[in-house]
Amino acid sequence: MYSEKVMDHFQNPRNVGEIENASGIGTVGNAKCGDIMRIYFDIDDNQVIQDVKFKTFGCGAAVATSSMATELVKGKTIYEALQVTNKAVMEALDGLPPVKVHCSLLAEEAIHAALWDYAEKNGIKIEGLEKPKSDISEHEEEEDY
Amino acid sequence: MDRLIYLDHAATTAVRPEVVEAMLPYFTENYGNPSSVYKFSSLSKDAVSASRKVIADSLNTAAANIYFTAGGSESDNWAIKETARVYSSKGKHIITTKIEHHAVLHTTEFLEKNGFEVTYLNVDENGIIKLEDLKNAIRPDTILISIMFANNEIGSVQPIKEIGKIAKANGIIFHTDAVQAYGQMPIDVEDMNIDMLSASGHKLNGPKGVGFLYIRKGIKIRNLIHGGGQERARRAGTENVPGIVGLGKAVEIAVKTMEERTAHEKELRDYVIDRVLAEIPYTRLNGHRTERLANNINFSFQFIEGESLLIMLDMAGICGSSGSACTSGSLDPSHVLLAIGLPHEIAHGSLRLTLGYENTKEELDYVIDNLKEIVQRLRDMSPLYEDFMKKQK
Repeated sequence: MYSEKVMDHFQNPRNVGEIENASGIGTVGNAKCGDIMRIYFDIDDNQVIQDVKFKTFGCGAAVATSSMATELVKGKTIYEALQVTNKAVMEALDGLPPVKVHCSLLAEEAIHAALWDYAEKNGIKIEGLEKPKSDISEHEEEEDY
Repeated sequence: MDRLIYLDHAATTAVRPEVVEAMLPYFTENYGNPSSVYKFSSLSKDAVSASRKVIADSLNTAAANIYFTAGGSESDNWAIKETARVYSSKGKHIITTKIEHHAVLHTTEFLEKNGFEVTYLNVDENGIIKLEDLKNAIRPDTILISIMFANNEIGSVQPIKEIGKIAKANGIIFHTDAVQAYGQMPIDVEDMNIDMLSASGHKLNGPKGVGFLYIRKGIKIRNLIHGGGQERARRAGTENVPGIVGLGKAVEIAVKTMEERTAHEKELRDYVIDRVLAEIPYTRLNGHRTERLANNINFSFQFIEGESLLIMLDMAGICGSSGSACTSGSLDPSHVLLAIGLPHEIAHGSLRLTLGYENTKEELDYVIDNLKEIVQRLRDMSPLYEDFMKKQK
């Protein structure tokens, strides 16, 4: 059901862990829906993401999208990171099953949440960044029968 | 993959070689239609009758009360929909439980959309109904009580004999979905006052696509499937002769081996439960410690999610299943785990392992060793575990 890339990032997730005294931390999702993603950024004075780590509670796709999202933003400026969309994460993973698309949204949201935390800690405004929802709730799909 | 350890016998089982052997002649040699007149077809007809007899004996009923179907779901649909249709002049109220298989729950939901009222009984923390709740739910217009014999997820076994007594005392038809229990424990439809019982072949080392519905004499339900006059004109369609032969053989073996087989499974079950609870912290056993199917194990591992766990077990060659939402494509975890009172996040981290006669202790040691490692690996990447451990300091 998953692409080879998804399986690779699930089995060998990149950047798992925590960053002490992180420049920005973002946590999104909720345990009720079965997905929580937390991203840590270490951002230098030139607003470049020097290091990134993540922790995720969730399915294979949630772990893989977290891993891929951290790879896509590593070494990027905060403005470049802001451009990393859920679509980009999905494409980099060679796609996700339709029921797992929300995992990629969660990854995008986690990046935004960590950037927002960084901006708040430093008293700056990141153009184009909106206050992220702390909770991604999905509309339950009606089962057909 | 080096090895395969199959621990999903509640999903389906391997067909026993003796069963396959019994079936084979009915594909290629004795392929006659049991309804035909010529002598050749009587070979198939006799084989169907012999299977019917074996099954009837296993339930302590007459062969005429056994009707072959395409499996458990058809049997459940037939029993419930037809009872609703035929007895609707008496009333439009049905009692069932919150932990039924979807073959029952989606059928009663369908009936609710068509003018019937359904009471879904709660279960306690072990997944067992309270007989008081059942008595209180009965109304003058109650026409059917449908309560599963044993649960497919957590293995809880209902007090079927007491339920049968209550149904009989109130003149209400009692149907039980025994798909998981049949072949795993002795069932006597007379002693237990069961009016209808659904069962399936592939859960007891028989073939897929065949099952039966037992219907007590005097229950007036007619056809779900209309057409020819097969099964005493109650279930149309040319008989699945090889399937029925296989089912009969599987039942014969299941009955013969029941005691020894379930003792073996129970020993392995208790071994796994004891070791896992002792060696993996923040783990709970779902369902009752002892009052459960001999082959059912169901854990919740805190701070991790079931689908990740299943994929990692799969990579180690281990087949299990989970009540996690992520495996079903919906966002809600198993209705059974929610019904026994688990919070969503705990239900998401569930793992069901169901044993078969062929499993060995050596296999299960391998499974537990892998499980320990995988659970820790997933916890190490879980933000919930991180928060929990920080709070512990």
